[in-house]
Amino acid sequence: MNYLLRGTGVVTAVGVFSLLTFSLPSGEAHGDGGGNVLPRTINQAWQQECASCHLAYSPAFLPQASWRRLMNGLDRHFGENASLDPATQADILRFLEANAADRGGSRIGSKVMKRMPAGEAPLRITDTRWFVHKHDEVSQSVWSRKSIGSTAHCAACHRQAEQGVFDEDTVRIPKQ
Amino acid sequence: MIKPLLYGGLAVFGMVSAVAAADSPASLMALYAQQAGVSGSALSATRGEALYRTEHAGRDGQAVSCAGCHTANPAQAGRTRVGKRIEPLAPAAHPQRFTDAAKVEKWFRRNCQDVLQRECSAQEKGDFITWLSQIK
Repeated sequence: MNYLLRGTGVVTAVGVFSLLTFSLPSGEAHGDGGGNVLPRTINQAWQQECASCHLAYSPAFLPQASWRRLMNGLDRHFGENASLDPATQADILRFLEANAADRGGSRIGSKVMKRMPAGEAPLRITDTRWFVHKHDEVSQSVWSRKSIGSTAHCAACHRQAEQGVFDEDTVRIPKQ
Repeated sequence: MIKPLLYGGLAVFGMVSAVAAADSPASLMALYAQQAGVSGSALSATRGEALYRTEHAGRDGQAVSCAGCHTANPAQAGRTRVGKRIEPLAPAAHPQRFTDAAKVEKWFRRNCQDVLQRECSAQEKGDFITWLSQIK
């Protein structure tokens, strides 16, 4: 038991240290330098709750108005009930707004906004003109392959999506 | 960039599991039996299995069931609608199952609404865990 506690303590200390060292502003600036690499801004509730069902989609993919609409309809979230307790919901929305495409100052966010018609607030990232443009060479037959199954399944092809990396050279489209 | 995330994840996991270790399948079964006003022995694995497998008309008219995402065998991993892995529901295959009452309540609330179009009763929740706990 003592060893377990001590182990947990060490891991916690290392984790906190690493987070402080690598994930604060310097890390974000570095992460956003590559064009299609998202800033590594992390909110624990966002990661834990959103990623139970799907990739924790970066706030930089949609504008603030989209995130507000989305978070206010979690009990009917694309046909599923994804409701949260009010405190967690508010915490996640604050994080999404602060880092949204029209707020966070990330490169992907700027690209998303450049193609966004004024006043539009789509609920689906896949409905943004930026997404459609970036995937215009992917045919319907590819999207419907068994191991992909959904346009929401980024990680099927973007093998480092969980780490926020969407560079072309990390893309591997599965054959089936 | 991956390493600090991994350590961070471990740290968060360490803290969460240290706080949430109080509940167990047995304690939740006792809790739900109490809420339902029945004795623990009145919970039924047979009814729990039926709840898991029975298909219902979902919101858009399509047939939905627990097994639809969690597969016919709860000792196996399932898949969400967008293809993400769901760890097995059976505690024998995934020991963290039913060890955090708040998490259990959150998922019953959501998934009972999706499958049954209503909340589950305390009796149904107790039956469900009773069945899953018996799976080897």
